[in-house]
Amino acid sequence: MSILIKKGRVVDPASGCEEVLDILIQGENIKKIDENIKAEGAKLINAEGRIVIPGLVDMHTHLRQPGREDEETIESGSLAAAKGGFTTICCMPNTTPAIDTPAIVDYVRHQAKKNAVIEVLPIAAITVGRKGKKLSEMGRLVKAGVVGFSDDGSWVTNSQLMRRAFEYAKMLDVPLISHCQDPYLSEKGVMNEGYSSTVLGLPGTPAEAEEIAIFRDISLLRLTNCRLHIAHVSTQGAIDLIKKAKKEKLKVTSEITPHHFTLSDEAVKTFDTNTKINPPLRGDSDIQALKMGLKKGIVDVIATDHAPHAQEEKELEYTRAPCGVIGLETALSLVIKELVETGFLTFREAIARLTINPSRILGIDRGKIKEGKVANLAVVNLDKKWFVNEEKFLSLSKNSPFIGWTLPGKVEYTIFRGKVVYREKPAKSK
Amino acid sequence: MRFERKDLLDLQNLSLEEINLILNTAKSFREVLERPIKKVPTLRGKTIANLFFEPSTRTKLSFELSAKRLSADILNFSSSASSILKGESLLDTARNIMAMKIDALVLRHPSPGAAHLLARHLPISVINAGDGPHEHPTQGLLDLYSIKEKKGKIKGLNVAIVGDIAHSRVARSDIWGLTKLGAKVKICGPPTLIPVDIEKTGIQVTYFIEKAILDSDVIIMLRIQEERQKESLIPTIQEYREFFSLNEERLKLASSDVLIMHPGPVNRGVELPAKLADSSKSIILDQVTNGIAVRMAILYLLLT
Repeated sequence: MSILIKKGRVVDPASGCEEVLDILIQGENIKKIDENIKAEGAKLINAEGRIVIPGLVDMHTHLRQPGREDEETIESGSLAAAKGGFTTICCMPNTTPAIDTPAIVDYVRHQAKKNAVIEVLPIAAITVGRKGKKLSEMGRLVKAGVVGFSDDGSWVTNSQLMRRAFEYAKMLDVPLISHCQDPYLSEKGVMNEGYSSTVLGLPGTPAEAEEIAIFRDISLLRLTNCRLHIAHVSTQGAIDLIKKAKKEKLKVTSEITPHHFTLSDEAVKTFDTNTKINPPLRGDSDIQALKMGLKKGIVDVIATDHAPHAQEEKELEYTRAPCGVIGLETALSLVIKELVETGFLTFREAIARLTINPSRILGIDRGKIKEGKVANLAVVNLDKKWFVNEEKFLSLSKNSPFIGWTLPGKVEYTIFRGKVVYREKPAKSK
Repeated sequence: MRFERKDLLDLQNLSLEEINLILNTAKSFREVLERPIKKVPTLRGKTIANLFFEPSTRTKLSFELSAKRLSADILNFSSSASSILKGESLLDTARNIMAMKIDALVLRHPSPGAAHLLARHLPISVINAGDGPHEHPTQGLLDLYSIKEKKGKIKGLNVAIVGDIAHSRVARSDIWGLTKLGAKVKICGPPTLIPVDIEKTGIQVTYFIEKAILDSDVIIMLRIQEERQKESLIPTIQEYREFFSLNEERLKLASSDVLIMHPGPVNRGVELPAKLADSSKSIILDQVTNGIAVRMAILYLLLT
């Protein structure tokens, strides 16, 4: 099977390429990238006026299998990812049971192989059951196929244990992804602590709850010289800490989610539980700092933290609803809207944070368009705007704060291993 | 002028005109409460459901009586005896009650935004009777009414609000109502009970009751809960009383015709000594009476 993508503007941050070129795909791989390729019998994709990018890589997704298949399965999550232009996603281990043994890793990989339309790579828990008490069998888990470790959802509060985890992980050369949150300072908080929480009478979590944890983790990083990746950074103070650590040449990387650079804590005023996220939406100055952090390369990655929740769980009082919003299907558009159209990043810089940067951190050969490499690509129409319709989400859960928004940039094709795994339905002609 | 909103959820978003409309309407209903037959047929045939998820004396009875005075039918729901205990959600409970063809829902709930949740999903009128520490708009309105009744105006008055501001829905609603009507508001409490950035609402903050009370025309005292000791927000109630209670000595700093107010229930001997709660300066019970008039006005404006 061969596919010829014609006349798209190929944007590949890994090589710096940004030109109108044809791409010929044969089997699973990219056969040729050149001007005016002729290929008899190849399926033609007209990408004129479109952008062709490497398939996006999300290093922070929550699939709810095993345990909450009503909210999302590995299959449905992969379909949502494909629609959003992603061809590799990493699933976090806070499933039921947690991904903390090779048996569960095997289950996830098997389910992914059977049902997922794109690549799903598991991340395992740092501690058994994510309870923060005992190291998981990290060696065996890496052998079973995990690409990183995280207790995401929780912070490893025991510094001695986190130190050991860092040290032990050195021989495995995988990132430790830390969800930085002091549990005591954030115990009752359901939103950012600030003027908005004061007005709304909701208990707030101060920025310091995140920053204290980041400081601790960076300190341990300095002590152990391992690899730290900080999940979902949300505050100005956090950016300052990461900047300082990078200056010291510590092996720290980090990610920001699209909802964190798009919405502020003011959005909570309607009490819409699709604004309830952990870490919470912060203030305007934090958003500015996050955008500058991405621009200046202080923060390397944009990740979705796609967190599906059942309707009946989100349709509760704000204090009771679970935290989290879906994000795979809106991520690229929000990046375009908030970062590219506003001039913070060029399109290529933005795509780097969604492709080659996370790939390098995970140590996987993805996020690039190169002859001989696997054909994971997306064709995007930047001129198209689309309306975020709850019913059209491919995710099983619909908890998005962007329902009703009109967003720029539509993925028209997503190609995984040389096969079209998502195709935008053409609009009905009148 | 008509009241155009479907619901009454907070005072923060009401305009000056809307507040004045409610207060003026309340004035006509206040007169009804002095008649020998305290009833008007205005809302005959309408049904109002009281959904109370927290214990309440004043607000619950006040809404019940307001509805009855307007000849409406009232349905009382107490969460502790309901299928909430079987795990039924707030929204489902409300939907089911609405399906019994009622016209309005009054909700008191410990969670901020609970009334907003119902208002968003249900086509009937929702009245917030207190949602956690967020707002208690009808209390705010009856406080405004009570001050206006005694002082003739709100604008330019010095008002002190003293107590656990952080957890107080009454404080928040009072702050919005008073600042919109032009009062000069000072709030006072220990630093642990003053919420972050509250000065941005246009009020002054002090940790010293003497400073708050100095030259005040109105003092609103708030109840302090025992729980705050356990949460390390105050060391002890005894210390709180020493620093933050109103007493006769401190009262001398206020203007000579100062009004003493309290939303109730009063912790006699804690924030307010019995003597002051019962003194001629106290309008605490007038607040309760006015509450009926104000709630009648709100039901009338929302349902006709």
